[in-house]
Amino acid sequence: MTDQHDNPIRQAVADAIASNDVILFMKGTPEAPACGFSARTVGALQALDTRFAAVDILPDARIRQELTALSQWPTIPQLFVGGELVGGCDIVTEMFETGELAELLGAEGQAQASDPAVADGSTLQIENRLS
Amino acid sequence: MPDAATIKARIEAAIPGAQAEVEDWTGGGDHFRATVVADAFAGLSRIQQHRLVYEIFGAEIGGPIHALSLKTHSQ
Repeated sequence: MTDQHDNPIRQAVADAIASNDVILFMKGTPEAPACGFSARTVGALQALDTRFAAVDILPDARIRQELTALSQWPTIPQLFVGGELVGGCDIVTEMFETGELAELLGAEGQAQASDPAVADGSTLQIENRLS
Repeated sequence: MPDAATIKARIEAAIPGAQAEVEDWTGGGDHFRATVVADAFAGLSRIQQHRLVYEIFGAEIGGPIHALSLKTHSQ
């Protein structure tokens, strides 16, 4: 984290996580997921009517590299809520099935419902989705 | 090329008392699904439990092991 000025991608990833209450790093987009695990995770969020930001990691390999360096999590997708890594497809799916995801997002959703944040000046393509 | 038996053995060797069931999800030797039960998971969040397993494989996850789908439980 000391070289952020020399590492704009890591800074952009960190900023995106900090400024979006619910953000999913995925392969592809919510409309066109490029991986079954990303698709399943998007499906869980959409089933709960979650407003979330989505970042496609595929256009630049450095996005995944820097994301994984920050999160210490090896796989994609990665869901962050309130700046904290919740997990990937397995954990999100399990939490969806148990109702824990709805609980977590319900609390966050109220906090951010009025102001869906967008990380501006970012090198990442971040899209806010209300599905 | 990793196989399910090797992955099972490595998980059980790395996490004391762990019992793992591993299957090759697609038959292609790169997508695996594992259920791991271990006392060592007690008191840990899911993230922490999964990290313990992912750490065993390091950079192999996303490399030769394209995907390792996990379910973890303490006893």
